[in-house]
Amino acid sequence: MGRRLAGVFQGRPRLQVGTLLAGPVGWLVVGYLGSLAVLLVAAFWSVDPLSGEVVRGFGLENFETLLDEPVYRTIVWRTVLIAALVTVTDAVLAFPIAFYMAKVASRRGKAILVVAVLLPLWSSYLVKVLAWRTMLSNDGIINWALEPFGLHGPGYGNVAVWLVMSYLWLPYMVLPIYAGLERIPNSLISASEDLGAGPFMTFRRVILPLAFPAVVAGSIFTFALTLGDYITPRLVSNNQFIGNVIFNNIVNNLPLASALALVPIVVMVAYLLVARKLGAFEHI
Amino acid sequence: MRRKDAHSARTAWLVVAGLVVFMLALAGCGSSSDSDSSGEELQKLGKGEGQVDLISWAGYVEPEWSKPFEQKTGCKVNNKVAGTSDEMVQLMQSGEYDGVSASGNASARLVAADAVDPVNVSLVPNYETIFSDLKDQPYNTFDGTPYGIPHGRGANLLMWNSDDVKPAPDSWDVILDPKIASKYSGKISAYDDPIYIADAAVYLKTHQPDLGIENPYELNEEQFNAAVDLLKEQRANVGEYWSEAAKQISAFANGDATVGTTWQYQYFELKGEGDPVAASPASQGFLPKEGATGWSDTWMLSSSAKHPNCMYMWMDWIVEPKVNAEVAEFFGEAPAQSLACDETADKEFCTKYHADNPAFWERVYYWETPLADCGNGNDDCKDYNDWVQAWTAIKG
Repeated sequence: MGRRLAGVFQGRPRLQVGTLLAGPVGWLVVGYLGSLAVLLVAAFWSVDPLSGEVVRGFGLENFETLLDEPVYRTIVWRTVLIAALVTVTDAVLAFPIAFYMAKVASRRGKAILVVAVLLPLWSSYLVKVLAWRTMLSNDGIINWALEPFGLHGPGYGNVAVWLVMSYLWLPYMVLPIYAGLERIPNSLISASEDLGAGPFMTFRRVILPLAFPAVVAGSIFTFALTLGDYITPRLVSNNQFIGNVIFNNIVNNLPLASALALVPIVVMVAYLLVARKLGAFEHI
Repeated sequence: MRRKDAHSARTAWLVVAGLVVFMLALAGCGSSSDSDSSGEELQKLGKGEGQVDLISWAGYVEPEWSKPFEQKTGCKVNNKVAGTSDEMVQLMQSGEYDGVSASGNASARLVAADAVDPVNVSLVPNYETIFSDLKDQPYNTFDGTPYGIPHGRGANLLMWNSDDVKPAPDSWDVILDPKIASKYSGKISAYDDPIYIADAAVYLKTHQPDLGIENPYELNEEQFNAAVDLLKEQRANVGEYWSEAAKQISAFANGDATVGTTWQYQYFELKGEGDPVAASPASQGFLPKEGATGWSDTWMLSSSAKHPNCMYMWMDWIVEPKVNAEVAEFFGEAPAQSLACDETADKEFCTKYHADNPAFWERVYYWETPLADCGNGNDDCKDYNDWVQAWTAIKG
């Protein structure tokens, strides 16, 4: 049996490859792209007001609702803005850490730092957010620490969401930048110095351009993860993000939820196009 | 190189075309729903089918009382916990379940969607002794036909931190009147659900009688807009909207909330921890003067139940006095079964939760599903979808 099967495949490289890839590609097309396609189609459906059942038919009313109701614009802007802020914050925080890890630390120090960056990823997402919720609460440790200086913490709200998201996604920024900096040969930095460039010039003209694709790769993680999250806003603020509105509508008004789900997709595509224009994918 | 580009472009188009065909096929099928909604009631209880598939609120189906049920009837219990009424409606429409513990904001939708069948209460012996003010209600009886067995009920109380809120409030105005509520700005705790609009309607019913609100779940455009505007004003003073009981408990315990709407469960939890919380006292009938919203849950029978006999046995089991007492104490709500009050571990339980105090429940407006058809023949009420959209706009 096995022998005969082997015979079928012998000398037919296309069949071999095709059979090997059938599983993963089938999963990608049906399970992944297929469900995405269903999502896109559902955005044009509507809901019967009485029974609450989905009516399959073509209509643009969901998109009209999204454009006409000012609250949806507010929510989209809030989400995109926080996502951008989180991305910038993480990039600024991650670069020095990654640089130290890649170029300065000893082998041992490097290993310790990699573990330290990865460690938070091993604990549950929910535990981390709830820990922040406790820290940011009125009687929490942040207010306690600030009290002697007559200050008060940010409490729950947009600032809290920004803080927590920046904390949550930092490892996703550190690791790509670390990998990117690791690939830059030290000889390039020495050469730059030999040719008379100061540390700042070396950073600006040599390191940053070479590490830029890595920063963009990290920013795709932080931006997309913030764009899609709905649990953190729910636990540390009263503000709705795109994900919250999708969650609230998913049962009653699946078509509207689908239309809303297209917003992050469009934003991400635009973001990737800009990143490509900036040359982020040239070295990949 | 060019040729290769053209080749891969064609492949990409083929993939897109394939997806479109796949989508169309998907959109086309599935719409052939079976129209077998005869609504024929079971007349005689038969033998159990060996299992029963339930959808329930967390805490309604626990091994403490589902294991004895399995031993007694031979019906294996498969339980699916749902987090919201919306989720219950969606799961029931799949037709994969035998029954659900539906709140009033789901039951009418389930009936309208033909997802549930009438229940022959004569096959449920324990129905007899259920509190009479829970029978024949608009959220469990439709066109005079009972559609389920009452499980338990609770009210949405006004709770405050007695150290911070003085004098003790006797009205919802402490969180809904912008002038008074601004005193506690940033410390007000409100329920995070579209159904909370009804709380504003209950308040307006007393404070703006010229709006003519009768039922807080049947609101015409003018009444609805007044309620929504009130909540938009409240938004500025809200510290936190809560949906999980644990979230509100932590907010009150950590000083992030000092006054707000709550369930009896959170109130007794916080009190048990020694936190300085208070709720309306007995002299005020335990509720603010306007009354309050509340919920009353009903076990309903799926119209496509594969194990109807086991489901009937379950509906009788869950309101069996001892079991109903266990469930009510576990969850923190008033039992539906009048005889359950003799079976609770805490002998004060029914008094605490006002289970046997009909005067208390007369002032409670149980959750209902807002429908466009609100009984005046005009179809001019705001339906639940409007409530959901308005809720998004209120929270901003």
